Amino acid sequence: MKGQAFAIAAVILCGVATYVMFLTTLDALKLTRATYYAENRFGDVFASLKRAPESLRARIAAIPGVAQVDTRVVADVNLDVAEFVEPVTGRLISISEDGEHALNLLHLRAGRLVAPGREDEVVVSEAFAEAHGLQPGDNLHAILNGRRKQLTLVGTALSPEYIHQLRPGGVFPDYQRYGVMWMGRVALAKAYDLEGAFNDVVLSLQSGANTQSVIDELDPLLETYGGYGAIDRTDQRSHRFLSEEFRQLEHLSNMFPSLFLGVAAFLLNVVTSRLIGMQREQIAALKAFGYGNGAVMWHYLKLVLVIAGAGIIGGIAFGVWLGEQLAGIYTEFFRLPYLRLALDTQMLVVATLISSAAAVAGTLFAVSRAARLRPAEAMRPEAPVRYRVSLIERLGLRRWLGQPTRMILRHIQRRPVKSLLTIIGIAVAAGITMTGRFQNDTVRYMVDVQYGMAQREDLSLVFIEPTSRKAQFALQSLPGVLHTEVFRSVPVRLRHEQRSYRTGIRGVEPSGDLQRLLNVNLQPVDLPVEGVVLTDFLATMLEVRVGDSLMVEVLEGSRPVREVTVAALVKEYLGVSGYMDLTALNRFMGEGPAISGAYLAVDKQALPEIYAALKVMPRVAGVTLREQEIKNFNKTMAETMLFFTYVATLFAMVIAFGVVYNSARIALMERGRELASLRVLGFTRAEISYILLGELAALTLVALPLGLLMGRALCDMIAQNLQTDLYRVPLILDPATYAFAATVVLVSAVLSGLLVRRRLDELDLIAVLKTRE
Amino acid sequence: MAYASGDAPLNQDPHRAVFQARGLCKVYQMGEVAVQALRGVDLDLHQGEFVVFLGPSGSGKSTLLNILGGLDTPTSGTVRYADHDLSVYDDASLTRYRREHVGFVFQFYNLIPSLTARENVALVTEIAADPMTPEEALALVDLAERMNHFPAQLSGGEQQRVAIARAVAKRPAVLLCDEPTGALDVATGIKVLEAIARINRDLGTTTAVITHNAVIGDMADRVIHLSNGLVSIVECPAHKKAPRELSW
Repeated sequence: MKGQAFAIAAVILCGVATYVMFLTTLDALKLTRATYYAENRFGDVFASLKRAPESLRARIAAIPGVAQVDTRVVADVNLDVAEFVEPVTGRLISISEDGEHALNLLHLRAGRLVAPGREDEVVVSEAFAEAHGLQPGDNLHAILNGRRKQLTLVGTALSPEYIHQLRPGGVFPDYQRYGVMWMGRVALAKAYDLEGAFNDVVLSLQSGANTQSVIDELDPLLETYGGYGAIDRTDQRSHRFLSEEFRQLEHLSNMFPSLFLGVAAFLLNVVTSRLIGMQREQIAALKAFGYGNGAVMWHYLKLVLVIAGAGIIGGIAFGVWLGEQLAGIYTEFFRLPYLRLALDTQMLVVATLISSAAAVAGTLFAVSRAARLRPAEAMRPEAPVRYRVSLIERLGLRRWLGQPTRMILRHIQRRPVKSLLTIIGIAVAAGITMTGRFQNDTVRYMVDVQYGMAQREDLSLVFIEPTSRKAQFALQSLPGVLHTEVFRSVPVRLRHEQRSYRTGIRGVEPSGDLQRLLNVNLQPVDLPVEGVVLTDFLATMLEVRVGDSLMVEVLEGSRPVREVTVAALVKEYLGVSGYMDLTALNRFMGEGPAISGAYLAVDKQALPEIYAALKVMPRVAGVTLREQEIKNFNKTMAETMLFFTYVATLFAMVIAFGVVYNSARIALMERGRELASLRVLGFTRAEISYILLGELAALTLVALPLGLLMGRALCDMIAQNLQTDLYRVPLILDPATYAFAATVVLVSAVLSGLLVRRRLDELDLIAVLKTRE
Repeated sequence: MAYASGDAPLNQDPHRAVFQARGLCKVYQMGEVAVQALRGVDLDLHQGEFVVFLGPSGSGKSTLLNILGGLDTPTSGTVRYADHDLSVYDDASLTRYRREHVGFVFQFYNLIPSLTARENVALVTEIAADPMTPEEALALVDLAERMNHFPAQLSGGEQQRVAIARAVAKRPAVLLCDEPTGALDVATGIKVLEAIARINRDLGTTTAVITHNAVIGDMADRVIHLSNGLVSIVECPAHKKAPRELSW
């Protein structure tokens, strides 16, 4: 009983621990984020624009509901860090030198903020500084508005605006190649000819203010000045990524514990049923002495609650510890300044209640049956078990099956529900193992599609602003550049009936080879000459189908607004956007052959020279290396997913072990006499082990395919929860993941089988001859 | 120690001792108390003999049967089966000995509930070297008609006869019965004893029955009384009764 109680408590422990782990992490991250936001006055509404005079600030501040207005100059720049060959891009954000920086305050980690009047000083994001080993006092170079400028690092900092620090369009952080830095407002404005003007604004709102009505008043104000449309905090990129992560944690915190607790309830039911079966006579005696039903039930419930209690206490402790580890990983990953741990007692009470309820529910049937037994009835041994010839034998296989195999099959069939639940329990273990590896598999696949099938360039670059197509020739003529393709991208708002979405339309060269569009079957599609092509998810969001027309409002230049037909849909897993033929987009914009950037296929040997050439091209604002993006992905995965994989695998092993061990122990209790009799008749230990463990082996083998299907279904549930405009996670599982899950379950099953098999050596052959069944 | 199978058959020489026990002692450690179950038993069992061991509870008769049947080993003394010293056998050799040479019948039948009568017998014939068919074995105990019934569908006496059929189906050298009628009423008990007597007579299987029912001694070639771990009296009834002549 001790081993079984331990195994059940372990399963409950895992259930409680997953619940507490996810919620502790979630609570800690939420509290940390909220504290961080509040302390650093993170804005509520964000808008960028082309250029507006500072005087507009007062009009913005006058919008009802606005509390504070912080105007800024923001510029994407090329950086040059000493001894780092590859191109580095960054974002420069202005801060007021007089310290009256109102919103999105920096959290200084080292050094100081920029001194008033110092035009060469910058504060650099801590992650970037660490990635390059930069210390206050070090120098780096930036191309500011086409002019190379030496900057001195005076401090490192974190910002609530860049908790998740991604380059525009990037999905995985790369602190070496993308850095956020802050510079004095005067200096930055001067470099970009924005003195007395701004190109970015952050608002905080009064409590209770309606965000949408503020945005509705802000947008027309900014439109005249090239506004790209304001966004609410919920659409702010860093905030959005964090929120998605939180949502996922919440989802997982609901999904996993219910699986564990379901299995625990089943195990408790099996064990108490057996225990009560064995203690019929004691129950009868107790009742004969006058103990009431309630007292008998309470006696067994106490046992169940002791087991559950051990699991719950252990689970809370382990869960809190795991939660702190996981939150620590997130803190690192998201570059949070600190971690505020919050032990939510309410959550612990809920965990305790749910687990106890599951434990009690699992045993209530068995316990109430015990209580209902009339003493006289209970004094008699249980009626002999009736067996039947098993289905498999009746199907005609009987003559090929030896007696031990028949025993196994008939035993399985005698308790179909229990056998089925055992199968499900083992299957759950396989399923949970798969969830631990699913994200790795699927994101790897997404990266393969994105960087293997769609984006095939070696590097891509963007210009500071739309540029003449002639720039392509300059790029093409660089030594080592094998092939170039160009694109034009424009910020747009797409509208269809009541629905609208802000994104970009990218004009690409038809039948391009470096940048390809893929249909739903991931086959390259030809770009239609007319109309717009949408990411399939965007079409769903906007509720448009191929052939429908869509209102396109361009948010730059002459801001044309026109209806365009949806010509085709394409499959993309990362982000959502629209695509058009480059020439058609230029025509739509009413401009000449302008381009925003280029894709390059290069000779890898020549990369250093190409990097060097690109660094001094004043109009080049950012360079992305495809290979590096793949590396970034692998690094991100290693940092965040491995922990979860370990935990899921460990817990799955506990489930598999708990289910198989308990089943084996129960089988041993039920069949010990039978097996001892067989030993007396001259059966060897191996032969009786086959009878005992063969049943479990059979159930495990049936459970495996079911478990793999269940794993797939669980992963599908996780994937369904990850369908957003940021990314859509497809249900992709590597064959290795199936094999891994099967191995984990088999190893756990074999281990627990071996543990029980040892007990077969202790069978008392003599006692069995002297006792009635 | 390996047990050599295919030993000289024991069913031929009626005067040869199948079992030879000398100075058998068995001490059980029950917690802090040492219980002396056998205190130096000397004993020969002969080929084809029907021996009944009589004695009260605690006299050591079950312990003796367990040692003869290879379920237990003596603390001291020797027990030989044919040419083999069982007292030094290890677990695997004892298992093999039981499998090849010993048929057991227990007080509580110990049938496998998930197998039919025929399958319970087949369980043993599948692992024996020269068994009879399960059908033959069940015919020997008059149960050919009910061989497809599960134990739960059979009466106590029928179950015990299935157990006898299972014990003899492998043509064992010895049939060891531990209180075979202990759980049965008189009429049923007699039927079971008839089956045992028939096996002993027709197959020449050396048979040892332990019981505390003295009446059963009347059907034996020899009755060995045990008391307090020692052989106290050995009787050879002048007139061997048939089971149906017994009553208790």
